[in-house]
Amino acid sequence: MPVLSVRDLSIDYTTRKGPVHAVRDVSFELEQSETLAIIGESGSGKTTLAVGLIRLSPRGTKVTSGEILYTKKGLTTDVRTLDDDDLREYRWAEAAMVFQAALNSFNPVISIWEQFNDTARAHGMKDSRRVRDRADELLDLVHLDAKRVLPAFPHELSGGMKQRVLIALALMLEPQLVILDEPTTALDILTQRSIIDLLKQLRERLGFSMIFISHDLSIAAELADRMITMYAGRVVEEANVDDMFYRPRHPYSVGLLRAVPRVSGALGSVASIPGSPPDLMRLPKGCSYAPRCPYAIDECRAADPPLIPVDTPRHQAACIRWKHVAEVLGSNAEVPVAEKLA
Amino acid sequence: MTTAILARPTLGQRLAGPWHASVEFLRLLSRRPVGLAGFIGIVFFLLLAFVAPLFVPFQNDPSLVDIYQTPSAAHPLGTDFQGKDVLNQIVFGGRDILTVAILAALVSTVIAITFGSIAAIIGGRIDTTILAITDVVLTLPKLVLLIAVAAILRPTSFVFLAVILGLIQWSSLLRQIRAQVLSLKERDYVEAARSLDLGLIHIVFREILPTMRSYIAIHFIFATTDAMYAQVFIVFLGLVPVSGSNWGIMLYFAQGQGALFFRDSIWYILSPILAITLVQLSLVSFASALEDIFNPRLRGSA
Amino acid sequence: MTALIELDHVSRAFATPAGAITAVDAVSLALGRGEAMCLVGESGCGKTTTGRLLTGLLRPTGGRLLYEGKDVWLTKGADLARFRRAVQLVHQDPYASLNPTRTVFQTLSAPLYRHKKANSSRQALAAVTELLKRVDLTPPENFVTKYPHQLSGGQRQRVAIARALTVDPKVIVADEAVSMVDVSIRISLLNLLLALAKEFGVTIVLITHDLAVARYFARRGRIGVMYLGRMVELADTEALVTDPAHPYSAALIAAIPEADPDITRSKTRVELRSAEIPSLLSLPPGCTFHPRCPLSEAGLCDVKIPELLAIPGAREVACHVAVRERTGARAAVTA
Repeated sequence: MPVLSVRDLSIDYTTRKGPVHAVRDVSFELEQSETLAIIGESGSGKTTLAVGLIRLSPRGTKVTSGEILYTKKGLTTDVRTLDDDDLREYRWAEAAMVFQAALNSFNPVISIWEQFNDTARAHGMKDSRRVRDRADELLDLVHLDAKRVLPAFPHELSGGMKQRVLIALALMLEPQLVILDEPTTALDILTQRSIIDLLKQLRERLGFSMIFISHDLSIAAELADRMITMYAGRVVEEANVDDMFYRPRHPYSVGLLRAVPRVSGALGSVASIPGSPPDLMRLPKGCSYAPRCPYAIDECRAADPPLIPVDTPRHQAACIRWKHVAEVLGSNAEVPVAEKLA
Repeated sequence: MTTAILARPTLGQRLAGPWHASVEFLRLLSRRPVGLAGFIGIVFFLLLAFVAPLFVPFQNDPSLVDIYQTPSAAHPLGTDFQGKDVLNQIVFGGRDILTVAILAALVSTVIAITFGSIAAIIGGRIDTTILAITDVVLTLPKLVLLIAVAAILRPTSFVFLAVILGLIQWSSLLRQIRAQVLSLKERDYVEAARSLDLGLIHIVFREILPTMRSYIAIHFIFATTDAMYAQVFIVFLGLVPVSGSNWGIMLYFAQGQGALFFRDSIWYILSPILAITLVQLSLVSFASALEDIFNPRLRGSA
Repeated sequence: MTALIELDHVSRAFATPAGAITAVDAVSLALGRGEAMCLVGESGCGKTTTGRLLTGLLRPTGGRLLYEGKDVWLTKGADLARFRRAVQLVHQDPYASLNPTRTVFQTLSAPLYRHKKANSSRQALAAVTELLKRVDLTPPENFVTKYPHQLSGGQRQRVAIARALTVDPKVIVADEAVSMVDVSIRISLLNLLLALAKEFGVTIVLITHDLAVARYFARRGRIGVMYLGRMVELADTEALVTDPAHPYSAALIAAIPEADPDITRSKTRVELRSAEIPSLLSLPPGCTFHPRCPLSEAGLCDVKIPELLAIPGAREVACHVAVRERTGARAAVTA
């Protein structure tokens, strides 16, 4: 039984000029203890999707269809039908989110201890000695010294420490699912490394499932079990991490992978994706990636291709040319895309 | 090909053809009904004050039989203590008051922009000096100062009055402009302009001030309203030699001639008050829409 | 080969409310014509300050900035103005580096008029069209009338590059110029900068925190690694990424996650002795990396500041231990 099962989820947001279809017919499943990475350019809908999963979308955003099924102890609920109280409970106790922006949105005049206490209070933990114990435990878990960190104010902590505090806060009520938005983007290399290692450790120890959204493919390569590529609001490919990196079948995934150089190993033929993402209010007819796609043929422009199984049943791509892509790339060798195309 | 691009209307529009600029202005304004109403109000009063007098004969003959009449077809706003038509006075009393207010706002805005940017950009001792003077002026009680200056100088011309009003008003705007310029001059694009050696004039007038347009325009409008009140105030107090007609003078006479004690004089008292209030309201409403009009993000997006 | 532009033991101190800090400490760097190199390091390492010192936007508090062999800060008037134009900075944030109230045409034509490269609007338009083509904003007529907000981040960054090109610069310092644009288009922006180096002989210094970007950009050049205001290693790119000499460079390369599951899983880590980055307000004595360094030797690294010394293999490194080991028996510590 998957922890989270998203079916045909569509999310619009309204603008002055009309509705924008930010997320279109997204479906995926997340198993217990599994880590899913959602990748894509800015404007691909990945953040709207992640925020939509815990119904924290800003005003003017509307889920137009689909369901978000959350399962705990055999009991399945649709997150879309939760009332305000249940939703508050769901957000911390079941699915906690760590925002990238939150690094800078700590209340500057409140100490870290008060942040813990406020969060605990909001969820009915009134006994401040128990909260204190829990905070000590959590900070220990993220390798921070509680005695030093709790009385501190946000500006006294480094970026990496703040990120650890945020992770600790998210874990307060032992959620089954942790959603992370660009968890390491603003951090320096060595700090980033320590956060990645920390997330791996915590996942192993606590067994939660993780969804993270990132434009950084290297973090996906480090942390993810499965990956989803989003383009113009749709899932265009879903695969386990090795299939995605070594045997991508959607030209957009290929393009993204090829756009990222590496430090170790051969450089290969690195290249950007030509053109820019489509205007979500004026999507081209047919496949929305066709205008930028090197493999596009006339049929691509006729109809938006559905997500279909390729290679293996758990590897799906929304591309009618996937066999051609497979041919161009070759299928088995575990060689990164940029080298294959070199 | 180059000529073809130059001839394209879009470029003409961007290179600021006045016609396109006004169309654009009205298009943006139409999205803000309050601002549009304010704009219409302003146009109405400008026409009333500057154009209507050219077509309407000035009636200045007292008529003792018509004192304090209520509105009628002959006198839509009634008559005053001398039996003169109130509407006629409203029409002829706007020009001076608006001219002085706009002129005063212009004087104070120009002073504030010039010395505010000089202080911010050159800095050092010049900044300190300008700031010190500003702070002194800022702490002076404006109305008392105005009364004293008006009483001593007895400004006979309205231009002189405008200059006095302007000289008293600039200080707070100067401080704000200085603060804005200080922050704007640290922007990346200003730094780029410096490293491209575009010169101080370009940096101030092309890079910094244009981004402050809405800010300056809004302040100009509020300076106009302030100047108008201050002016009516000193005219009402009789500190300016009374001659001709303006809305302040009407109020002065209304008070001085005991109009308050006549039940029918309500029209005479209310008319200039209403005129002043409506002008102020129009200006303030219009100012509320200026932010949008100067926002380049909203331009050309239709 | 004489250097086109050179930092000669340049330092820059800042007064902060908490005390004086030395953001850049005796950094030397000589760049030839058409060279494309990268400065990398974590936040606070002084790479941005170094970039600003190179452009002359910041005055050094020690050392000299040489352009064509002349000390820039001793020149005046027209010479100084010529230097300023010759060295251009491309900022990190394409949303802040273009004036929101000015169209692309206005932004690009102003320097052309100012420096007499155009005398009529037709000439200016022709030149602007040319510039837009050079930065791959085609067709140019779609861009001349645009305001910055109507462009994507990548397109803005191209306009910013075109603006720098209006004055025919000899050196471009690009400070994190691709870090705020989408991953999918970073390579094309880097290629554009590389083309300027190759075709027009412009010297380009890309400042970045992203080693993968640095490796791609400087693949035929050098990378300088900075730590707490000092240059700790300056080496040919491939030498640096395959066999870093300084323990800090080695730690960075080992720590960086790679967009390749196999490589990233099989990396061997360099364990540091401490995760804590010392404050610039109270730097450790000797080598500033010694409290974290796995190779640190008591009595040496915590006492004596290592100099950036050339060692075999086209590189310079500021590490007592690395220099000793890589130059064989000849001890570098005798001074």
